[in-house]
Amino acid sequence: MAETYETASPGDRMTTFVPHAAALGMTLVAIEKGTGVMQIAWRDDLVGDPETGVIASGVVTALIDHTCGLAISSAGEVPATIATLDLRIDYLRPAGARLGVTVQANCYKLTRSVGFVRAQAWDVDPSDLVATAQASFMLTRPE
Amino acid sequence: MSEEAFTRVEAFLERAPYARFLGLRLELAGDEMTAILPFAPHLVGNPILPALHGGVIGAFMEMTALAQLSLVQPERRIPKTIDITIEYLRPGRAQDTFARATLRKVGRRVANVQVECWQDSRTRPVAGMTGHFLLREPVQT
Repeated sequence: MAETYETASPGDRMTTFVPHAAALGMTLVAIEKGTGVMQIAWRDDLVGDPETGVIASGVVTALIDHTCGLAISSAGEVPATIATLDLRIDYLRPAGARLGVTVQANCYKLTRSVGFVRAQAWDVDPSDLVATAQASFMLTRPE
Repeated sequence: MSEEAFTRVEAFLERAPYARFLGLRLELAGDEMTAILPFAPHLVGNPILPALHGGVIGAFMEMTALAQLSLVQPERRIPKTIDITIEYLRPGRAQDTFARATLRKVGRRVANVQVECWQDSRTRPVAGMTGHFLLREPVQT
């Protein structure tokens, strides 16, 4: 039987089965309870300003939002839906030219209806960050 | 704000790979600019609903803010995003999305910009964004 969105592993569900994640080429790097790491490789069609060759900040935004969702879905009993309430991103510096980006997100508090997540993004070195983020999510539990 | 500045911003978006990847367009009516994100299947983040990816909506609003700033300050280089706060209000459905930016303060070095994004009706926004942007020195000619 072909894999579907519902039967896919959490990793596949967050990559191949989400059209925008697949379009950006998101890959799963690591997943453990409450923490997820995902990556987007540099690609010339993802560049923000053609003069710099730097990946667009919008790509970083999408990867942060997505990895935060992964962190929540791995934090406990998988909720039926995860809706982003708010997402605050600090852009510490531009990513390096022709470099991809990696995001680690950590769900540090999960209640019945709300999840709180922090995330960091880097290009080469996890101690030299490109962006940091803080987000909260509304969860709907399965009936 | 001038037609010439608008043409320049439009030309930049046509050259910018990621703006083309999203399919972002701009329209100018009088002195009011509207950004348009036509629906495309690769923008979907939730295939069950289906709904637009939250990151797409965030990126769309950030680019709307940058375009508005470039429009009023055509002599400067494109500002750098310092921070953005996105509030998601409703799911972005599988249809065209619109956004407009309000420049709340444009100082010497920093601008505060608010963006609202909607689909069917402006009175039912899909998301909002507030961002701070670092203004750059004028382009050397």
